[in-house]
Order: sequence, then structure tokens, then C-alpha cells
Amino acid sequence: MIPLSWYLILSAGLFSIGLFGVLSRRNAVAILLGVELMLNAVNVNLVAFWRYGDLAQMAGQVFAIIVFAVAAAEVAVGLALIISVYRRRNTVVANDIDLMKW
Amino acid sequence: MTAQQIIFLVVGFVTLGSALMVVTSHNLIHAALWLVSTLFGVAIIYTLLNAGFLAVVQVVVYIGAIAILFIFAVMLTRKDMRDQSPQLNKNWWVGALLAVVTFGGLFFLLQSWSGFSRTAADLPSGFDAIGRLGEALVSPDAFVLPFEVASVLLMAALVGAVYLAFNRK
Repeated sequence: MIPLSWYLILSAGLFSIGLFGVLSRRNAVAILLGVELMLNAVNVNLVAFWRYGDLAQMAGQVFAIIVFAVAAAEVAVGLALIISVYRRRNTVVANDIDLMKW
Repeated sequence: MTAQQIIFLVVGFVTLGSALMVVTSHNLIHAALWLVSTLFGVAIIYTLLNAGFLAVVQVVVYIGAIAILFIFAVMLTRKDMRDQSPQLNKNWWVGALLAVVTFGGLFFLLQSWSGFSRTAADLPSGFDAIGRLGEALVSPDAFVLPFEVASVLLMAALVGAVYLAFNRK
């Protein structure tokens, strides 16, 4: 059997890689790619704790499904924002989107 | 080492490797395709965790919808970053440092937890995970409220996305 620790380490690694992507990429679409990696890491954790905890409690799987829904909503709105900014300002570099900077 | 462990190790390394390619690849289309590979790896991890329904949803929703949406967005905004300009900002080492510190901190915290290396109990025979999940999602004393709130959120996001990306001219 696979110990719980393997899943947790995989998930921590995936989360850290996503965090690096969010903090270091210049392209706004690539930043959203990093956010997706982080959400997937969270989902692996939720499902692993469901499997290794009390099987009768379905909370882990239910929350994983809700994370799916939130991720879909986040991507739809995020990409719409990026496309809208690209149309108006002709850039997707996060540094150049400073319209609201004081 | 059992077969399950070997499968987990192979899939885990492929998943982490493609995740690294997602955040470092120069070409964004390639990054989106590496994301598809990562998501497939996570779907296999769900299968190893006996969550077959989530594995299917992962393939249908994440790979079928979200990754394709990313590829469309990259193609619609491509003109800009196609050149040889750097893909990482000038503070990328701070991001790398924070990521390493986060991983180290998580590992340290988890490894001092007593349940860290516990193993899973066998599934009881005739355990119907999908049926239980469906009941939990719609039964009033379980998760019907978060389920409905999620559907309202999806609706609002849909309307918002159409409104934002709509070209008025």
C-alpha cells in the first residue's frame, strides 16, 4: 500500500511549482496556468485525506468537486479579463497592466 | 515494492516533471500542452485513490474544457510574447526561493505530524463511492447548499466572462 505521505509530498511539490509559476511568470496567461497547478495540488490533498480518513464521510470528494467548479469559473473570468485587456492595451505582460496603479 | 507503488512513483515523477515544464517552458502553447500532461497525471492519482468519478471529471472538465480554453487564450493573445523576450520577471529568484521555502516548510510540518505515514484501510466490500457521493451532494443534511452555491457561482462567472470578453464594436 502507498502511505499517505507520498500523496502529501506530491501535492506539496505540485503546489510549490505552481507558486513559482504564479510569482515568476511575466505573461498573465502563464500566471493562470500556475494557479491551476496549485488548485490541482489542493484537490490531490482533499481526495487523499478522504481515502485515508473516514470513508463514510464524503466531504473530501464533495469539496474536490466544488474546487473543480471554482476553477472553471476562475479560468473563464480570468481569461476573459486577459483577452479584454489585450484588446484595449495590446499586452498580456502582467507588469504593463498598470492602468489602476496610483 | 508493490505494483501500485511503482505506478504511483512513475506517475508522480511524470506529473511533477510536466508541472516544471509548465512553469519554465518558453513557448506558451507548449506550457498549455504540458499542463494537459500534468492533469492526466493527477487523474491517474485520483484513480489510485479509488476516486474514479473524480478522475473522469478531471479528464472531462480540466482537460476537455479548461486546458482547451487556455490554448484558445494563448492563441488569441499570441502576437505579444512570441518574440525572444524573457518569460520570467526579474525577481524570479524570489519566487523560486519562496517556492522552495514553502515546500520545505510543508514537508517539515507534515513530517512532524503523527499520521504522516499511515496507510489506507481497505475499501469495505460493496462500498459504493459514487452513490454515496451523489447522495452527499443533494441531501439536505449534507452538502446541498454548497452544491447550489457552486452552480450560482458558475452561472455568474459565465455571465461575467461573456460580458467582459464581448466586443462592443
